[in-house]
Amino acid sequence: MTRVRLAAAAGAALLAPAVANAHLMNSGFGPFYDGLAHPFLAPDDLLPIVALGLLGGLAGPACGRRVLLALPLAWMVGMAAGAAVGLPAAPAWWSSALTAALGALVAADRRWPPAAVTALAALAGATHGLGNGRELSGVNGGLLAMAGIACALLTVTALVGGQAASLRAHWARVAARVAGSWIAGIGLLMLGWTFR
Amino acid sequence: MRGRAFACLWPWLLWPAAALAHQRGGEAAGLLSGLGHPLSGLDHVLAMIAVGLWGAQLGAPAIWLLPVTFPMVMALGGMLGLMGLRLPGIEVGVAASALVLGLAVLREARPRLWLAAAVVGFFAVFHGHAHGTELPPGANGVAYSAGFVVATGSLHAAGIAIGLVHRWPAGRVALRAAGACVALAGVAFLWRALA
Repeated sequence: MTRVRLAAAAGAALLAPAVANAHLMNSGFGPFYDGLAHPFLAPDDLLPIVALGLLGGLAGPACGRRVLLALPLAWMVGMAAGAAVGLPAAPAWWSSALTAALGALVAADRRWPPAAVTALAALAGATHGLGNGRELSGVNGGLLAMAGIACALLTVTALVGGQAASLRAHWARVAARVAGSWIAGIGLLMLGWTFR
Repeated sequence: MRGRAFACLWPWLLWPAAALAHQRGGEAAGLLSGLGHPLSGLDHVLAMIAVGLWGAQLGAPAIWLLPVTFPMVMALGGMLGLMGLRLPGIEVGVAASALVLGLAVLREARPRLWLAAAVVGFFAVFHGHAHGTELPPGANGVAYSAGFVVATGSLHAAGIAIGLVHRWPAGRVALRAAGACVALAGVAFLWRALA
Protein backbone atom coordinates (compact mmCIF):
# COMPACT_ATOMS: atom_id res chain seq x y z
CA MET A 1 0.00 0.00 0.00
CA THR A 2 2.84 2.34 0.91
CA ARG A 3 4.48 1.68 -2.46
CA VAL A 4 1.29 2.57 -4.23
CA ARG A 5 1.07 5.84 -2.31
CA LEU A 6 4.70 6.61 -3.04
CA ALA A 7 4.14 5.91 -6.72
CA ALA A 8 1.09 8.17 -6.67
CA ALA A 9 3.07 10.92 -4.99
CA ALA A 10 5.85 10.55 -7.54
CA GLY A 11 3.28 10.74 -10.32
CA ALA A 12 1.91 13.93 -8.85
CA ALA A 13 5.42 15.34 -8.65
CA LEU A 14 5.75 14.82 -12.38
CA LEU A 15 2.65 16.91 -12.86
CA ALA A 16 4.09 19.82 -10.89
CA PRO A 17 4.86 22.63 -13.33
CA ALA A 18 8.51 23.41 -13.93
CA VAL A 19 9.97 26.86 -13.59
CA ALA A 20 10.04 28.62 -16.93
CA ASN A 21 12.87 31.03 -17.59
CA ALA A 22 12.02 31.98 -21.15
CA HIS A 23 10.69 35.39 -21.87
CA LEU A 24 9.93 35.39 -25.56
CA MET A 25 6.62 36.82 -26.54
CA ASN A 26 4.30 34.45 -28.34
CA SER A 27 3.73 35.88 -31.79
CA GLY A 28 1.56 32.95 -32.79
CA PHE A 29 3.73 32.32 -35.86
CA GLY A 30 6.26 30.01 -34.24
CA PRO A 31 9.62 30.35 -32.48
CA PHE A 32 11.50 31.94 -35.41
CA TYR A 33 9.08 34.86 -35.52
CA ASP A 34 9.00 35.02 -31.71
CA GLY A 35 12.76 35.54 -31.88
CA LEU A 36 12.44 37.99 -34.75
CA ALA A 37 10.03 40.13 -32.70
CA HIS A 38 12.08 39.86 -29.50
CA PRO A 39 14.51 42.80 -29.96
CA PHE A 40 11.64 45.12 -30.87
CA LEU A 41 9.82 44.25 -27.66
CA ALA A 42 12.89 44.36 -25.42
CA PRO A 43 14.23 47.92 -25.29
CA ASP A 44 17.21 46.80 -23.22
CA ASP A 45 18.32 44.66 -26.18
CA LEU A 46 17.27 47.08 -28.92
CA LEU A 47 18.97 50.22 -27.57
CA PRO A 48 22.58 48.94 -27.77
CA ILE A 49 21.90 47.62 -31.28
CA VAL A 50 20.69 51.04 -32.42
CA ALA A 51 23.55 52.79 -30.62
CA LEU A 52 26.14 50.53 -32.24
CA GLY A 53 24.52 50.97 -35.65
CA LEU A 54 24.75 54.76 -35.23
CA LEU A 55 28.28 54.59 -33.83
CA GLY A 56 29.54 52.43 -36.69
CA GLY A 57 27.71 54.40 -39.36
CA LEU A 58 28.87 57.80 -38.08
CA ALA A 59 32.48 56.54 -38.07
CA GLY A 60 32.21 55.80 -41.79
CA PRO A 61 31.11 52.96 -44.09
CA ALA A 62 34.17 50.80 -43.39
CA CYS A 63 33.56 50.92 -39.65
CA GLY A 64 29.83 50.37 -40.19
CA ARG A 65 30.60 47.19 -42.14
CA ARG A 66 32.83 45.92 -39.32
CA VAL A 67 30.04 46.50 -36.80
CA LEU A 68 27.56 44.79 -39.10
CA LEU A 69 29.78 41.73 -39.05
CA ALA A 70 30.98 41.80 -35.45
CA LEU A 71 27.72 42.49 -33.61
CA PRO A 72 25.53 39.66 -34.97
CA LEU A 73 28.46 37.23 -34.97
CA ALA A 74 29.33 37.94 -31.32
CA TRP A 75 25.64 37.85 -30.40
CA MET A 76 25.26 34.41 -32.00
CA VAL A 77 28.42 33.10 -30.32
CA GLY A 78 27.08 34.47 -27.01
CA MET A 79 23.71 32.80 -27.55
CA ALA A 80 25.39 29.49 -28.39
CA ALA A 81 27.62 29.73 -25.31
CA GLY A 82 24.68 30.64 -23.08
CA ALA A 83 22.48 27.85 -24.40
CA ALA A 84 25.01 25.05 -24.82
CA VAL A 85 27.54 25.63 -22.05
CA GLY A 86 25.23 27.50 -19.70
CA LEU A 87 27.64 30.38 -19.13
CA PRO A 88 26.07 32.88 -16.74
CA ALA A 89 24.48 36.01 -18.19
CA ALA A 90 26.11 39.36 -17.50
CA PRO A 91 24.52 41.30 -14.64
CA ALA A 92 21.80 43.80 -15.56
CA TRP A 93 23.88 46.77 -14.41
CA TRP A 94 26.61 45.88 -16.89
CA SER A 95 24.21 45.87 -19.83
CA SER A 96 22.70 49.20 -18.70
CA ALA A 97 26.11 50.80 -18.21
CA LEU A 98 27.19 49.58 -21.64
CA THR A 99 24.05 51.08 -23.22
CA ALA A 100 24.71 54.42 -21.49
CA ALA A 101 28.35 54.40 -22.61
CA LEU A 102 27.44 53.57 -26.23
CA GLY A 103 24.86 56.37 -26.27
CA ALA A 104 27.39 58.83 -24.86
CA LEU A 105 29.92 57.84 -27.55
CA VAL A 106 27.31 58.51 -30.25
CA ALA A 107 26.44 61.86 -28.64
CA ALA A 108 30.13 62.83 -28.60
CA ASP A 109 30.39 62.11 -32.38
CA ARG A 110 34.15 61.75 -32.48
CA ARG A 111 35.96 59.73 -35.09
CA TRP A 112 36.48 56.67 -32.89
CA PRO A 113 39.05 54.10 -34.07
CA PRO A 114 37.26 51.34 -36.04
CA ALA A 115 39.04 48.65 -34.01
CA ALA A 116 37.66 50.10 -30.76
CA VAL A 117 34.12 50.36 -32.18
CA THR A 118 34.35 46.77 -33.45
CA ALA A 119 35.56 45.57 -30.05
CA LEU A 120 32.65 47.36 -28.38
CA ALA A 121 30.23 45.73 -30.83
CA ALA A 122 31.69 42.31 -30.07
CA LEU A 123 31.52 42.97 -26.32
CA ALA A 124 27.91 44.16 -26.44
CA GLY A 125 26.90 41.31 -28.74
CA ALA A 126 28.51 38.64 -26.56
CA THR A 127 27.00 40.14 -23.37
CA HIS A 128 23.44 40.30 -24.67
CA GLY A 129 23.76 37.03 -26.60
CA LEU A 130 24.75 35.19 -23.42
CA GLY A 131 21.60 36.41 -21.70
CA ASN A 132 19.38 35.46 -24.63
CA GLY A 133 21.02 32.05 -25.03
CA ARG A 134 20.68 31.19 -21.36
CA GLU A 135 17.02 32.16 -21.33
CA LEU A 136 16.31 30.12 -24.45
CA SER A 137 18.16 26.97 -23.45
CA GLY A 138 15.70 24.12 -23.03
CA VAL A 139 12.89 26.04 -24.68
CA ASN A 140 11.08 24.31 -27.51
CA GLY A 141 12.32 25.74 -30.79
CA GLY A 142 15.04 27.69 -29.01
CA LEU A 143 17.41 27.33 -31.95
CA LEU A 144 14.87 28.82 -34.33
CA ALA A 145 14.18 31.64 -31.89
CA MET A 146 17.91 32.39 -31.76
CA ALA A 147 18.02 32.46 -35.56
CA GLY A 148 15.12 34.91 -35.48
CA ILE A 149 16.92 37.15 -32.99
CA ALA A 150 20.08 37.08 -35.14
CA CYS A 151 18.11 38.03 -38.27
CA ALA A 152 16.38 40.89 -36.46
CA LEU A 153 19.57 42.40 -35.10
CA LEU A 154 21.37 42.00 -38.44
CA THR A 155 18.51 43.87 -40.11
CA VAL A 156 18.38 46.66 -37.53
CA THR A 157 22.17 47.12 -37.54
CA ALA A 158 22.24 47.22 -41.35
CA LEU A 159 19.37 49.71 -41.59
CA VAL A 160 20.55 52.05 -38.82
CA GLY A 161 24.25 51.80 -39.74
CA GLY A 162 23.58 52.32 -43.44
CA GLN A 163 21.41 55.32 -42.74
CA ALA A 164 23.96 56.83 -40.36
CA ALA A 165 26.82 56.27 -42.81
CA SER A 166 24.93 58.14 -45.52
CA LEU A 167 24.26 61.22 -43.38
CA ARG A 168 25.85 64.28 -44.94
CA ALA A 169 23.78 67.26 -43.75
CA HIS A 170 24.99 68.83 -40.51
CA TRP A 171 21.52 68.81 -38.97
CA ALA A 172 21.19 65.09 -39.71
CA ARG A 173 24.39 64.30 -37.81
CA VAL A 174 23.12 66.49 -34.97
CA ALA A 175 19.89 64.47 -34.95
CA ALA A 176 21.97 61.29 -34.64
CA ARG A 177 23.88 62.82 -31.74
CA VAL A 178 20.63 63.80 -30.03
CA ALA A 179 19.42 60.20 -30.47
CA GLY A 180 22.68 59.08 -28.85
CA SER A 181 22.12 61.40 -25.91
CA TRP A 182 18.62 59.97 -25.47
CA ILE A 183 20.02 56.41 -25.52
CA ALA A 184 22.64 57.44 -22.96
CA GLY A 185 19.91 58.97 -20.79
CA ILE A 186 17.75 55.85 -20.98
CA GLY A 187 20.81 53.70 -20.21
CA LEU A 188 21.60 55.77 -17.12
CA LEU A 189 18.02 55.46 -15.87
CA MET A 190 18.12 51.71 -16.59
CA LEU A 191 21.26 51.59 -14.47
CA GLY A 192 19.38 53.36 -11.69
CA TRP A 193 16.51 50.84 -11.86
CA THR A 194 18.95 47.95 -11.41
CA PHE A 195 20.18 49.45 -8.14
CA ARG A 196 16.78 50.43 -6.85
CA MET B 1 -1.09 8.89 10.06
CA ARG B 2 0.98 8.20 6.97
CA GLY B 3 -2.14 8.51 4.89
CA ARG B 4 -2.69 12.02 6.23
CA ALA B 5 0.91 12.94 5.48
CA PHE B 6 0.49 11.83 1.88
CA ALA B 7 -2.82 13.67 1.68
CA CYS B 8 -0.99 16.85 2.74
CA LEU B 9 1.74 16.13 0.20
CA TRP B 10 -0.60 15.98 -2.77
CA PRO B 11 -1.79 19.59 -2.82
CA TRP B 12 1.80 20.73 -2.21
CA LEU B 13 3.01 18.79 -5.25
CA LEU B 14 0.26 20.26 -7.40
CA TRP B 15 1.07 23.79 -6.28
CA PRO B 16 2.40 25.74 -9.27
CA ALA B 17 6.06 26.64 -9.09
CA ALA B 18 6.90 30.29 -9.00
CA ALA B 19 7.32 31.34 -12.59
CA LEU B 20 10.59 33.12 -13.01
CA ALA B 21 9.65 33.71 -16.60
CA HIS B 22 9.08 37.30 -17.28
CA GLN B 23 6.78 37.32 -20.22
CA ARG B 24 7.40 40.94 -20.68
CA GLY B 25 4.69 43.10 -19.26
CA GLY B 26 3.94 46.70 -18.45
CA GLU B 27 5.85 48.08 -21.45
CA ALA B 28 2.86 49.93 -22.88
CA ALA B 29 1.88 51.29 -19.47
CA GLY B 30 5.49 52.25 -18.75
CA LEU B 31 6.06 53.96 -22.09
CA LEU B 32 2.79 55.88 -21.99
CA SER B 33 3.37 56.87 -18.38
CA GLY B 34 6.91 58.01 -19.19
CA LEU B 35 5.74 59.99 -22.20
CA GLY B 36 2.94 61.63 -20.24
CA HIS B 37 4.80 62.36 -17.03
CA PRO B 38 6.95 65.29 -18.20
CA LEU B 39 3.85 66.90 -19.69
CA SER B 40 1.90 66.65 -16.44
CA GLY B 41 4.01 69.18 -14.53
CA LEU B 42 4.03 72.78 -15.70
CA ASP B 43 7.38 73.44 -14.01
CA HIS B 44 9.05 70.72 -16.06
CA VAL B 45 7.33 71.72 -19.31
CA LEU B 46 8.27 75.41 -19.01
CA ALA B 47 11.88 74.70 -18.07
CA MET B 48 12.32 72.25 -20.98
CA ILE B 49 10.83 74.65 -23.49
CA ALA B 50 12.97 77.46 -22.08
CA VAL B 51 16.09 75.34 -22.73
CA GLY B 52 15.04 75.10 -26.38
CA LEU B 53 14.23 78.82 -26.59
CA TRP B 54 17.59 79.77 -25.10
CA GLY B 55 19.40 77.40 -27.43
CA ALA B 56 17.64 78.97 -30.42
CA GLN B 57 18.64 82.44 -29.22
CA LEU B 58 22.26 81.40 -28.79
CA GLY B 59 22.42 79.69 -32.18
CA ALA B 60 24.89 76.97 -33.19
CA PRO B 61 26.44 75.07 -31.51
CA ALA B 62 24.39 75.78 -28.36
CA ILE B 63 21.13 75.13 -30.23
CA TRP B 64 21.92 71.42 -30.21
CA LEU B 65 24.49 71.20 -27.43
CA LEU B 66 22.04 72.24 -24.71
CA PRO B 67 19.35 69.69 -25.71
CA VAL B 68 22.06 67.00 -25.92
CA THR B 69 23.40 67.91 -22.48
CA PHE B 70 20.07 68.11 -20.69
CA PRO B 71 18.68 64.56 -21.15
CA MET B 72 21.99 62.94 -20.22
CA VAL B 73 22.49 64.96 -17.05
CA MET B 74 18.79 64.70 -16.21
CA ALA B 75 19.07 60.91 -16.45
CA LEU B 76 22.09 61.07 -14.18
CA GLY B 77 19.92 62.89 -11.62
CA GLY B 78 17.22 60.25 -12.07
CA MET B 79 19.80 57.52 -11.57
CA LEU B 80 20.97 59.12 -8.33
CA GLY B 81 17.35 59.24 -7.17
CA LEU B 82 16.78 55.60 -8.06
CA MET B 83 19.93 54.62 -6.19
CA GLY B 84 18.50 56.28 -3.11
CA LEU B 85 20.85 59.26 -2.97
CA ARG B 86 18.97 62.19 -1.57
CA LEU B 87 19.55 65.70 -2.88
CA PRO B 88 18.53 68.71 -0.83
CA GLY B 89 16.08 71.27 -2.21
CA ILE B 90 14.82 69.32 -5.20
CA GLU B 91 11.58 71.30 -5.57
CA VAL B 92 13.44 74.58 -5.08
CA GLY B 93 15.93 73.55 -7.76
CA VAL B 94 13.16 72.70 -10.23
CA ALA B 95 11.38 76.01 -9.54
CA ALA B 96 14.65 77.97 -9.76
CA SER B 97 15.37 76.37 -13.13
CA ALA B 98 12.25 77.97 -14.64
CA LEU B 99 13.22 81.34 -13.11
CA VAL B 100 16.89 81.28 -14.22
CA LEU B 101 16.21 79.89 -17.72
CA GLY B 102 13.32 82.33 -18.18
CA LEU B 103 15.58 85.22 -17.19
CA ALA B 104 18.27 83.96 -19.59
CA VAL B 105 15.74 84.04 -22.44
CA LEU B 106 14.38 87.43 -21.34
CA ARG B 107 17.83 89.01 -21.25
CA GLU B 108 19.10 87.08 -24.29
CA ALA B 109 22.03 86.11 -22.09
CA ARG B 110 25.09 85.01 -24.06
CA PRO B 111 27.50 83.34 -21.64
CA ARG B 112 30.35 81.13 -22.80
CA LEU B 113 29.18 77.82 -24.22
CA TRP B 114 30.57 75.73 -21.35
CA LEU B 115 28.83 78.00 -18.83
CA ALA B 116 25.46 77.73 -20.61
CA ALA B 117 25.85 73.93 -20.71
CA ALA B 118 26.82 73.90 -17.02
CA VAL B 119 23.75 75.97 -16.04
CA VAL B 120 21.44 73.69 -18.02
CA GLY B 121 23.17 70.58 -16.68
CA PHE B 122 22.99 71.81 -13.09
CA PHE B 123 19.22 72.21 -13.21
CA ALA B 124 18.79 68.99 -15.20
CA VAL B 125 19.93 67.01 -12.15
CA PHE B 126 16.99 68.34 -10.12
CA HIS B 127 14.46 67.60 -12.87
CA GLY B 128 15.77 64.04 -13.27
CA HIS B 129 15.80 63.42 -9.54
CA ALA B 130 12.28 64.77 -9.06
CA HIS B 131 10.53 63.22 -12.04
CA GLY B 132 12.60 60.32 -13.34
CA THR B 133 11.80 57.98 -10.47
CA GLU B 134 8.03 58.18 -10.32
CA LEU B 135 7.21 54.80 -11.86
CA PRO B 136 3.57 53.73 -11.52
CA PRO B 137 3.07 50.22 -10.08
CA GLY B 138 3.14 47.46 -12.70
CA ALA B 139 4.79 49.62 -15.33
CA ASN B 140 8.08 48.65 -16.96
CA GLY B 141 11.00 50.76 -15.74
CA VAL B 142 12.98 50.69 -18.98
CA ALA B 143 9.96 51.66 -21.09
CA TYR B 144 9.11 54.41 -18.59
CA SER B 145 12.66 55.75 -18.82
CA ALA B 146 12.51 55.71 -22.63
CA GLY B 147 9.20 57.58 -22.64
CA PHE B 148 10.44 60.09 -20.09
CA VAL B 149 13.64 60.90 -22.00
CA VAL B 150 11.88 61.05 -25.39
CA ALA B 151 9.12 63.36 -24.05
CA THR B 152 11.70 65.66 -22.46
CA GLY B 153 13.72 65.75 -25.68
CA SER B 154 10.57 66.50 -27.65
CA LEU B 155 9.85 69.45 -25.36
CA HIS B 156 13.33 70.79 -26.14
CA ALA B 157 12.59 70.35 -29.84
CA ALA B 158 9.32 72.24 -29.41
CA GLY B 159 11.23 75.05 -27.68
CA ILE B 160 13.79 75.17 -30.50
CA ALA B 161 11.01 75.22 -33.11
CA ILE B 162 9.31 78.13 -31.34
CA GLY B 163 12.68 79.82 -30.88
CA LEU B 164 13.27 79.92 -34.64
CA VAL B 165 11.12 83.09 -34.70
CA HIS B 166 14.28 84.70 -33.31
CA ARG B 167 15.40 85.53 -36.86
CA TRP B 168 12.66 88.17 -37.18
CA PRO B 169 12.70 91.39 -35.08
CA ALA B 170 9.12 90.91 -33.89
CA GLY B 171 9.87 87.28 -33.10
CA ARG B 172 12.88 88.33 -31.03
CA VAL B 173 10.62 90.53 -28.88
CA ALA B 174 8.04 87.75 -28.61
CA LEU B 175 10.76 85.35 -27.45
CA ARG B 176 11.90 87.73 -24.75
CA ALA B 177 8.28 88.13 -23.65
CA ALA B 178 7.98 84.35 -23.48
CA GLY B 179 11.12 84.31 -21.35
CA ALA B 180 9.52 86.83 -19.00
CA CYS B 181 6.43 84.62 -18.70
CA VAL B 182 8.59 81.57 -17.87
CA ALA B 183 10.52 83.59 -15.28
CA LEU B 184 7.28 84.80 -13.67
CA ALA B 185 6.01 81.25 -13.52
CA GLY B 186 9.35 80.32 -11.95
CA VAL B 187 8.77 82.91 -9.23
CA ALA B 188 5.36 81.34 -8.54
CA PHE B 189 6.88 77.84 -8.42
CA LEU B 190 9.63 79.07 -6.12
CA TRP B 191 7.09 80.72 -3.84
CA ARG B 192 5.14 77.47 -3.64
CA ALA B 193 8.29 75.45 -3.02
CA LEU B 194 9.48 77.69 -0.21
CA ALA B 195 6.05 78.21 1.38
